[in-house]
Amino acid sequence: MRHIISILIENEAGALSRVAGLFSARGYNIESLTVAPTEDPTLSRMTIVTSGTERIIEQITKQLNKLVDVVKLLDLTEGPHIEREMMLIKVKASSMAQREDVKRLADIFRGHIIDVTTSTYTIELTGACAKLDSFIDALAEHKIIETVRSGVTGIARGEKSLHL
Amino acid sequence: MELSGGEILVQCLKDEGVDFLFGYPGGAVLHIYDALYNQEDVKHILVRHEQAATHAADGYARATGKPGVVLVTSGPGATNAVTGIATAYMDSIPMVVITGQVATANIGSDAFQEVDAVGITRPCVKHNFLVKDINDLAETVKKAFYVATTGRPGPVVVDVPKDITDPNIKIPYHYPESVQMRSYQPTLKGHSGQIKRAVELLLSAKKPMIYTGGGVVLGKGSEELRKFVRKLGYPITSTLMGLGAYPSSDQLFLGMLGMHGTYEANMAMHDCDVLIAIGARFDDRVTGKIAEFCPDAKIIHIDIDPSSISKTITVDVPIVGSVPDVLQEMNGLLESSKKSPDKKAIDAWWAEINGWRGMKCLSYDRNSDKIKPQMVVEMIHEITKGQAYVTSDVGQHQMWAAQYYGFDEPNRWINSGGLGTMGFGLPAAMGVQFAFPEDTVICVTGEGSIQMCIQELSTCLQYGLPVKIVALNNRYLGMVRQWQEFFYENRYSHSYMESLPDFVKLTESYGHVGIRIEKPEDLRKELERGFAMKDRLVFFDIVTDQTENVYPMIAQGKAHNDMHMSPYCEPPQDPERELS
Ligand SMILES: Cc1cc2nc3c(=O)[nH]c(=O)nc-3n(C[C@H](O)[C@H](O)[C@H](O)COP(=O)(O)OP(=O)(O)OC[C@H]3O[C@@H](n4cnc5c(N)ncnc54)[C@H](O)[C@@H]3O)c2cc1C
Ligand SMILES: Cc1ncc(C[n+]2csc(CCOP(=O)(O)OP(=O)(O)O)c2C)c(N)n1
Ligand SMILES: [Mg+2]
Repeated sequence: MRHIISILIENEAGALSRVAGLFSARGYNIESLTVAPTEDPTLSRMTIVTSGTERIIEQITKQLNKLVDVVKLLDLTEGPHIEREMMLIKVKASSMAQREDVKRLADIFRGHIIDVTTSTYTIELTGACAKLDSFIDALAEHKIIETVRSGVTGIARGEKSLHL
Repeated sequence: MELSGGEILVQCLKDEGVDFLFGYPGGAVLHIYDALYNQEDVKHILVRHEQAATHAADGYARATGKPGVVLVTSGPGATNAVTGIATAYMDSIPMVVITGQVATANIGSDAFQEVDAVGITRPCVKHNFLVKDINDLAETVKKAFYVATTGRPGPVVVDVPKDITDPNIKIPYHYPESVQMRSYQPTLKGHSGQIKRAVELLLSAKKPMIYTGGGVVLGKGSEELRKFVRKLGYPITSTLMGLGAYPSSDQLFLGMLGMHGTYEANMAMHDCDVLIAIGARFDDRVTGKIAEFCPDAKIIHIDIDPSSISKTITVDVPIVGSVPDVLQEMNGLLESSKKSPDKKAIDAWWAEINGWRGMKCLSYDRNSDKIKPQMVVEMIHEITKGQAYVTSDVGQHQMWAAQYYGFDEPNRWINSGGLGTMGFGLPAAMGVQFAFPEDTVICVTGEGSIQMCIQELSTCLQYGLPVKIVALNNRYLGMVRQWQEFFYENRYSHSYMESLPDFVKLTESYGHVGIRIEKPEDLRKELERGFAMKDRLVFFDIVTDQTENVYPMIAQGKAHNDMHMSPYCEPPQDPERELS
């Protein structure tokens, strides 16, 4: 099963390598990892997307909690949550037909065209990971020049939160 | 008081109550060595190899329960220390290792003797720190000791760049009384509801089994454990790491379990209906085949580290907490409970266990014309009245020491279980001897292992350490040879030790006493002669039977009831059980 795990970690040099090193040393899956400081500059928030059996996920959360720098952890997938990822995608769009179709698809997916040349469109799209995947699938007829994705971030719905 | 970084480090160690610092100097730590000069509170012990500094500190920690402390230089000093750090990590031993580092401004420039010590040690430390500002130094050292010694203990590395210890930069010194870390708060007290459930389950058992490990020794839980076991009258076994926490001479003790555990301990594990694991981590050398581990048992697990629980074996009643705290609460509940163990069922269970005991699985050929290694260990037990501190290296001799010495007290059996580090024994014995100068400290070793840190004979001379080295010399990397005999059709690929040194002359050249023993009839006399030399290091080079194997043995990945047995044990009393 796919899990989105959020952690608050001391914002110190090497914190990222402790987490990355844990995943590689123990052979855990890592689909994406994002990290940035929070409103409290001494804390970073990391979002890790991983997958595995229940037993492996349990070990992953225990091992992450065991890292001395990890302050708090929340497995977002255990409750209702919002998942978001941002993608920038550059698509070939030279003919009139191409330009219209790409524009139409971007509108359907609520994307924004943020850069235009005579032969390309660059689209910004935000959503759950699966929505970004579908957009790429929808562009099958077109030539994708470049994609860049931020990796997944997320937050719990409602009152629940990950804070000190 | 204004102090330089080097002086601050030394003062921190004093304030922390450190009596011994095991180390080796070099460029990056010269300022610190200068601060060590002309003071006597922290005694610096100069080893001959940084690996030995870490093992000595580790041996000191295992025997005393206090953290071992190490100081090494940058680059090769740090990399040489890594084996000892990893050894301590695998067995959860509290240790603080200070590594020198190149000056802050040179970090990352491939400077002379620069390695990324924090990066190299990250996977084998509990935590590590790079000190980037002299103002953080004292607090970082405090944190290092705090993290190393609390919760599940482990080694902590503090990497100190040379400019931080500059004698010309002085700041006011203050060593914090205590530290708080919002990201690190170990749990000691177990969940009371779970403890109640566990006690109820234990009292309902018909075939209970107690399985204890290194956590009892680490957590100083031996006394509560003894009360607990005696109150219940249930059979108890221990891992290699927990030996001595419960007296091995006691009737309730079934011996060690696992790959080289006793027949009765492993059979009782296989057949039990309630298992309580106390400070043990279900290592693969203990569980054997996971799918057939304690197939009929409900399992209770007490461990201070949540990640040890349900890691390999799923348990029914998890209890996160420290052994003495949790057992004390359990003992209280047992005291006040109206229920008591099911006497009829427990008697029947003991009858079954005593049947297994009847096999006398640790029997060996006592009439051989060759010296049997098991006999050597039994004899040193007699000569030292079971009171010695015994360290070991890794191999067959390690297993024989564990099986035949018979430890009655915790912290007396000191060996590398998790990493299995050859070369551990002698430096570890040095650390123990420093802590207990009046006690007998024995290093049981093999002719292979001893050569991995033999240079420490020189350290032993410098500090007058009267360690007794008992080398079971079988001219083989015996444990490797045994596996090759059992699983590779006697193809002894590179397990033979050729061109051995004359250990007696070698020992003498280091200024110690060497005694070679070749015949069984000389064994007792020569051992007694050597052990009588209280003030001297004696190296016993004992020529043992080359073909002897460690029994019983569960082959890797096999179940507990599937053991290779010694040809000298009694026939099985339960004919339905086939022996391999
Ligand atoms: C050649 C060789 C053969 C071996 N054969 C065997 C064998 O036959 N049998 C055997 O048992 N081992 C054997 N070993 C050792 C084996 O590899 C493991 O090291 C050992 O089994 C682990 O012991 P343990 O479970 O007690 O755990 P340890 O490594 O001692 O771990 C201690 C556990 O206790 C927990 N703990 C620590 N402090 C506390 C506290 N205060 N309160 C509660 N919990 C705490 C820790 O979190 C950890 O889970 C062998 C090793 C070698 C090198
Ligand atoms: C540093 C290291 N290298 C290799 C091994 C693998 N190994 C385990 S036991 C053993 C043989 C040890 O030989 P010896 O010290 O003579 O002991 P014996 O088994 O003969 O009693 C070896 C090579 C190890 N445990 N440690
Ligand atoms: Mg040998």
